[in-house]
Parts: sequence; structure tokens; C-alpha cells
Amino acid sequence: MSIYVGENTRVVVQGITGGAGSYHAHQMVAYGTKVVAGVTPGKGGTKLDEVPVFDSVRKAVAETGADASCIFVPAPYCKDSILEAVDAGVKTVVCITEGVPVLDMLAVKPLVDRAGVRLIGPNCPGIISPKGRCKIGILPASIHRPGSIGVVSRSGTLTYEAVAQLTDLGLGQSTAIGIGGDPVAGTGFIEVLQAFQDDPETEAVVMIGEIGGAAEEKAAAFVKACMTKPVVAFIAGRTAPPGRRMGHAGAIISGGEGTAESKIRCLGENGIDVAQTPADIGATLAKRIGR
Amino acid sequence: MKIHEYQAKGVLSSFGVAVPRGGLATTPDQARKVAEGLGGSVWVVKAQVHAGGRGKGGGIKVCRSLDEVRDKAHDLIGMTLVTPQTGPEGKLVRRVYVEEGLAIARELYVALVLDRETRKIVLMASTEGGMEIEEVAARTPERIHKEYIDYAVGLQPFHVRNVCAALGLTGVASRRAATFLPGMYRAFAERDATLVEINPLVVTTDGDLLALDAKVNFDDNALFRHPVIEAMRDTDEEDPLEVRASAHGLNYIKLSGDIGNLVNGAGLAMATMDTIQHFGGAPANFLDVGGSADRERVKTAFEIILSDHPKAILVNIFGGIMKCDVIAEGVVAAARDVGLNVPLVVRLQGTNRDAGREILAKSGLRITPVETMREAAEAVVRASRGE
Repeated sequence: MSIYVGENTRVVVQGITGGAGSYHAHQMVAYGTKVVAGVTPGKGGTKLDEVPVFDSVRKAVAETGADASCIFVPAPYCKDSILEAVDAGVKTVVCITEGVPVLDMLAVKPLVDRAGVRLIGPNCPGIISPKGRCKIGILPASIHRPGSIGVVSRSGTLTYEAVAQLTDLGLGQSTAIGIGGDPVAGTGFIEVLQAFQDDPETEAVVMIGEIGGAAEEKAAAFVKACMTKPVVAFIAGRTAPPGRRMGHAGAIISGGEGTAESKIRCLGENGIDVAQTPADIGATLAKRIGR
Repeated sequence: MKIHEYQAKGVLSSFGVAVPRGGLATTPDQARKVAEGLGGSVWVVKAQVHAGGRGKGGGIKVCRSLDEVRDKAHDLIGMTLVTPQTGPEGKLVRRVYVEEGLAIARELYVALVLDRETRKIVLMASTEGGMEIEEVAARTPERIHKEYIDYAVGLQPFHVRNVCAALGLTGVASRRAATFLPGMYRAFAERDATLVEINPLVVTTDGDLLALDAKVNFDDNALFRHPVIEAMRDTDEEDPLEVRASAHGLNYIKLSGDIGNLVNGAGLAMATMDTIQHFGGAPANFLDVGGSADRERVKTAFEIILSDHPKAILVNIFGGIMKCDVIAEGVVAAARDVGLNVPLVVRLQGTNRDAGREILAKSGLRITPVETMREAAEAVVRASRGE
């Protein structure tokens, strides 16, 4: 088992004929993901590799039964693409694109929630279930192995770092998910932690956070109150200067809030082991679960 | 993106927010002329730089004659203004804004900002005008009143009534607030602002409500739909290396240490800095080359890092979208073209790792290849000490 996606997930790729869309659609298919359709308005009727391309998500869903979408369209069009996927009845939407205006997300998020759609991202690497051979997004497939560790992260490449360390230690992953580095994200830590808690195949969780906001603090309180599975963490940005946006739109210490120190302290107080450096993420988890 | 006070007031007044009458000047004579045009007997000459705390730094002068306006403008234009927010290096004042003086009865605070946890726009109001709001929040949080606004429906009249009650605005002032606050909100929502801060918001002895100072920041990701706002960008106010980096799609922030680093991904870049510090080094910069960097972009990144004269450089790449061989080619090309003369530690992991490592090995360059993040940090810290 895994969370949110699995071997039966049928994916439509929005923006499949673009550079990133076509490259990663190909990679997803190569991994084993059931990419059943692509959408690029105006390119309906063509094919990318063996994947049929449609003019609209509605048509793609009607003809192929797609139930998940992966969005690669440029940032100015993501609001439209997410809402189009929701309108077409897709149940899981993964938005990879970085740079979506925050007010667009503020408008989109309540509609996504009302429709009962699981939105992951934007500005995220996506989600992978190694056992189900389902990858939606851009995570490098080769580092993942099937197993029982859940990984959830606000960062992309730092997720890969953690996964690679786990795999090197012989610890496979039930699901790895990047929730993205934007101030308003479709899915937060708590929802993912709850899903991992409920997933019988997940034994322990690695949570990777960073400076900015208070999502890690809220997640820590949730772990203490509602989780029986061990959780370890890493927080990036101890050396980040206040008031500067560290690449991710949401990674900023403002008004003395959202510092790495305060997050690390809070996680520790709630029974979560925090890796001192990113090099120790795998080892911290292994130690915690006695491997 | 940040803009100047005079630009912020221009944006706000286009939405019906009341601001004092004023004009911009780049010379002392121009400042005098602006004051003369405004009339009255008191003027305020304000240095225009992208930093708060200008009053504390001596960047705001109250003048009681036209000659004094000219003299103070003469003092300010060309000076390096140091405020609590500029850092010790300060900021060069290139222009001043000259405003009419007001008969001030009260100084208040209002601001709009996104609240990430509730996903609402929060309208903050306080009677502690003129103070740093962070200080007020730390010392007397009960003096900050908050109204949470749903973006789908926007600011409602009851929000305005609640704020008036909290600030003790009655009569003329409360009627003015019914235009002022919705104007502020529309500026925020319709121009994709990330912050609209009026500090102080003043009540005059006549009961008028005006934005005495104004700070507006915008969402960089939404500038594509606001060309007029984008044109307000003043690159003179930014670090030249950061301006160059952003023009090439690089996320670069200059720091004070001596170990340069080039990383893909913002999270990994922060974590790399943290690891360098953990092993006793000091990062010279944050640099995320982004997900789709090509050879040219890697080369530019190197040039930017080198222009800050680091003692050693660490390249830490975890290839996902990014392919390690492309990075390796960029590293080799950059090292040759710019004449790399500092120790270089390179870690490549992920997509096309082996091809990348081979390119580096065959380059004949003095590169220390490493496997893990720990080795990378330890090696670059040693190299920076000349060991």
C-alpha cells in the first residue's frame, strides 16, 4: 500500500507537449506509471510516444478514465489548469510548476477542498509509490526502493537526498511526497502524516521542513497528539538570514518567526528526533527504529 | 518586489487611499520648487531608499522654510543612509520625496498581509503607530487587532467597523476609514501585493485619515500581469550580483562567509549552507541554480560566486530534472573560461551521476570529488583553510 497513489492510478499529464512535460511523461511511463493521456489545448488528436493527447482534461478523462493529473504548464496558467482538472472530476492533482502567484492559490485552494480533490504542490517534485511503480512528477526514480518508510518534504532535491540515504541503508519507501515550498500549498504536513499513520505498510516517517511559516510546529503537535508511528525530521535553513526569501516563496524568516532553531526545538519537545545535518537523516531514522 | 515610498503612495492613491500631497526631487532646487508648489509653512523631506527605520537614521527632515527644504534635500541627496534595516553599509540616497506637513492628532498602524496558516488575508490594526510592529507584537500583542478576510469575498463593511472600534475612530475619521481601508485592500488584492503597511496612519486635527508612510511589496511571481508595477523596480536598491543572478534565473543571496556554493534546489542549498557551518565553515552565498540549468547558466553562477572572492567553492548537485553530466560540463567550461583559482569540491548524485563524474575526472582540473554531503562539507571547509 501507499498513500494517495498506487498501481491503479491513471494519470493525465497537462502540458504534455512542452519541454518538461514531454520529458517527464516519458520518464513516468518508463518507471511504470499508467500515463493514459496528455492534454495540450490545440494539440488534440496527436500522440506523444504512445500516449494520446487531448484538447481538454474533460475529454481526456471521458476517453481514458484518468483519475489523477500531473501539471507542467507555465505558472501563469496553473490556476486554470488546476481548476480544469477539478472540473473534469480528477481526484488527485499534482502541480509541479514553480512560481504560481500566491493569490491564485488562495483562490484555488477552497474550490479544490470543496470538490474533495487532493492537490499536491505547486512548486513540488511530486509523489512516488515504489511498490506500485507509480511516479507522478519529477523525482529521480532510480534512488527509490519499495519499503515501509514514508517521506514527506517541503523541498525537492533535499527529498532525494533523504531517500537516497534511506535506500543506501536498506530502508525502502512506502511513499515519498514533496508538498512544495510555496506559502499556500494544496496538501500540508498534517494531512500527509495522518495518511501515513493510517497506511498499514508505513512503519515510520521522515519529515523534512524548512524555515518560514509554522507548518512544522503544527505538524509536531499533531505527531505528539495523534501518531503512534515514529517520526524523525530535518529542518533546513539554520544559516538563512532573516527577511530574505531563500529560493522557495515560502522560505522566509519574518518578524523573528519561522526560524530553524524554533522549529527544531519544537519538534524535539514533541518527541521527534531531528537530524543535526542533512547527512544524518537516514542514520537518524535507522537509529530511531532500531535498524 | 519592493518599491519606494513615493511609488507605494502612488499605487495606493490610485485606489482611493488618502495620502499627503507631495512630489519627488532629485536635486535640492527641485525639492524647493516642489515645496513651493505645495504651499503651506511646514514640509517634510524624506529620503527614498528601500529600507525602513529612515527616521531613526536621520533620513526624514521636517522643514519650516523653503530654503530649509533645499538645504535638507542637499544634505540627504547623495548621502549614505544607515538605518536599523540597511546594515552598517547603508544605502545611497538618490532622490527625496517632499510632502506637505500635517497637523497630526494621532498615529496609528494598519497593514495587510497573507496569513499562511488560515489562508486568509489578515488586516492588522494597532493604536501603536510609528512603532516597529514586531516590537509591539513581542511586547504587547493584545494591542494588535486582527481581522481575517476571505479572499473569495474580500473585505466587508463589518471588518471596517471592527477596525474603527479597535482604533477608536469615530465621526469624520470613521467615515474616511470606510474609503481608506477598502482602497488598501483592493490595492493588495488587485495588484498581487504581499504586504501593504501604513505606519503611521495619521488622524489629523481635522479628523482626516492619511497614510503618512507606506510600504508595499509585491509577489514576484505575479509581476507578469502587472507591467506597470514591474516597471517600478529600482535595481539600484538591490545588490548588483543579485540583480545579475535573477536576470539569469538564478536564486542567489550574498552572505558574509568565505565558502562559495552552487547547489540545485532551494532546500538542498539551505541544507548545504547549514552543513558547511556545522563543520566550522562560513557560507559566502546561497545559490540555487534551479531545476533546468544549462551549461551557460552554470557558468554564470560560477562567475557570480567568484566575483565575491571565496576561499573555496562547493558544488552540490542531486540530479533529478537536472542531469549531472550537464552540470559537469558547465563546471568544466566555467573553470576554464573564468580561470578558476580556488579549490573546488564537487559532489554529484542522481541522474547521470557517473557520466558527470567522468567528465570532471577527464578535465584535468584540480577538483576534489566527494560522495556524501558530510564529506563535501568537511572537504570544502578544510580547503577554505588552505589545508
